[in-house]
Amino acid sequence: MSTARPKTLFDKIWEQHVVVEEGSQSLIYIDLHLVHEVTSPQAFEALRLAGRKVRRPDLTFATMDHNVPTDNPFDVRDPIAAKQIQTLADNCRQFGIPLADLNSRDQGIVHVIGPELGLTQPGKTIVCGDSHTSTHGAFGALAFGIGTSEVEHVLATQCLWQVRPKTLNVRLNGQLPAGVTAKDVILAVIGRYGVDFGTGYVIEFSGEAVRSLSMEGRMTMCNMAIEAGARAGLVAPDEKTFAYLQGRPYAPQGAEFERAVEAWKQLCTDEGAEFDKVIELDVADLEPQVTWGTNPGMCLGVNDVVPSPDSFASPVARQAAEQALAYMGLTPGTRLTDVSVQHVFIGSCTNARIEDLRLAAAVAKGRRVAPGVRALVVPGSKRVKEQAEAEGLHEVFRAAGFEWREPGCSMCLAMNPDFVPAGERCASTSNRNFEGRQGKGARTHLVSPAMAAAAAIAGHFVDVREFLNGSPSPSAAGSNTGGAGHGAARPA
Amino acid sequence: MEPLVRHEGKTAFLDKVNVDTDQIIPKQFLKRIERSGFGQFLFYDWRYLDDGSPNPEFALNHPDYAGASILVARDNFGCGSSREHAAWALADYGIRVILAPSFADIFYNNCFKNGLLPVVLASETIQHLFTVGAGHPYSLTVDLEKQRVELPDGNSYPFDIDPQRKHKLLNGLDDVGLTLQHEAAIADYEQRRSKAAVG
Repeated sequence: MSTARPKTLFDKIWEQHVVVEEGSQSLIYIDLHLVHEVTSPQAFEALRLAGRKVRRPDLTFATMDHNVPTDNPFDVRDPIAAKQIQTLADNCRQFGIPLADLNSRDQGIVHVIGPELGLTQPGKTIVCGDSHTSTHGAFGALAFGIGTSEVEHVLATQCLWQVRPKTLNVRLNGQLPAGVTAKDVILAVIGRYGVDFGTGYVIEFSGEAVRSLSMEGRMTMCNMAIEAGARAGLVAPDEKTFAYLQGRPYAPQGAEFERAVEAWKQLCTDEGAEFDKVIELDVADLEPQVTWGTNPGMCLGVNDVVPSPDSFASPVARQAAEQALAYMGLTPGTRLTDVSVQHVFIGSCTNARIEDLRLAAAVAKGRRVAPGVRALVVPGSKRVKEQAEAEGLHEVFRAAGFEWREPGCSMCLAMNPDFVPAGERCASTSNRNFEGRQGKGARTHLVSPAMAAAAAIAGHFVDVREFLNGSPSPSAAGSNTGGAGHGAARPA
Repeated sequence: MEPLVRHEGKTAFLDKVNVDTDQIIPKQFLKRIERSGFGQFLFYDWRYLDDGSPNPEFALNHPDYAGASILVARDNFGCGSSREHAAWALADYGIRVILAPSFADIFYNNCFKNGLLPVVLASETIQHLFTVGAGHPYSLTVDLEKQRVELPDGNSYPFDIDPQRKHKLLNGLDDVGLTLQHEAAIADYEQRRSKAAVG
């Protein structure tokens, strides 16, 4: 043991889960399989057709989130969505899978409820038919999204064939400035290194800035590891992780918890262990980020201006920027703080946890949503909603003119009735600003919860730090605004 | 699953980087509980105008590309959502092979489950494929057995592929049945793990 080669956190989890190796492929055992209504029906149907059972219903957990209406979850007017929700309930009953349905106190976005129920634990392998499964890596679990064929495979065998990914260490040094959050960090990292720098890798996030983040912040960061193309994101568990898990319904209890913590403490990258690639970034000077284009890598500090396609070196990047600006209806040189919004969405598996809502509420408190702006707050789960209401956050939001909704994926991907109309602009705390993501022709700008709340109040993007330092003055936004203020023409 | 050994087909070109699965199959079509019939919705928001008529600006609507089964694409094809509906839509539309400089991980994986072959070629090679016909389709042969893409001019380009994935696609094998042959190893692993948990 003591003479063993130093290992990364990833190596340790991987090696604990190899069942069989065949050439370049390893059969990996899966400790937790999360299931939702959209990517599972065809998998269950295939099991039925082949006469197969679910191997470990006890390691499987289902909920409904993507299609659920957030005004009245029980009033599913779209008959195809209603059928999909009903199909999940039927499949869970038939195959004996625990389900947090719309009546359950445990219901919510699958990547919010896994951690809050204590199902997500360090060292586990976790999969779900959803790319944002990377979220659970914040606990030091190896967690990744899979397609429906693999959902079927895990249901039938509790295993998955995998080619061992490479390892990438993203070291984040320095302390985050006030008003700059995990969301800004991950956007900035993707902005600098691109939307595919993680392809083929599992990323371990480490460094002073990561240690300082709350569990919620770490989840936000790992959630968006997939937006860098990574197979998974990882953060080594520490005292914050253990404190978060203690007392959660599905976490080990009592003496068993203490024993688990001892085992979890081994889950770190050993001194001297080598990664295939290392990236380092200092976060001390980071600004709140806003995306301007149609992928998460197209982002800048809030005090920057919309870039010109000519500023990109390669013809391919220039063409992509041109297409993005045309779709987004933005003109190069426009200050981001001069871009007005008609919609604000605070929610999604990226940013709908209690800390996110607290940060947004702190900005909203005592202020009013700007005229012409529709602002939605969609808690990530029933428990998040309960907690927020216990703290009075819903009253803060409502008094400020935000809508307070029921949990679900909502306007992140607009599969339910919450969407942004064509040509309108949304400040969104979600994870993808792809064309059409929030509705056909919708223009999405990704931001942190605090930045989204600030945009709702101002009616345009604004550096949230002005709100945190006291009352915002209209002329203070941006460092080089001169006398232009916000009267300047804003693209619709 | 339909095996793929050697495929000769017409090319279509999609000159755009980072094509995400939200574009390949928009979310409004994910509510169906079937696995088939997604081809009609492929690239829906790009392919059709608001009135439902085909968008003449969109590459795949070009009459020359009708019947194409080989899609030539750019970097990071299939990024974003894990929705296998993207692979289902491409396969149902008639695509059997996608050639690109790089693919997103989950999409790449999903292709193999649906008899769809994603081939990674060097950026210069892809650029050559884009320019050689000056935008006009031509016929290509993709030989999985020999791991090479053959051009009509006699040039050919080798490609890498994981041997297990190749074997399964060549023989049209489905994973679940094969994995269940390892039942004893899985049961043994479960037993070891449960003992470790108790100890």
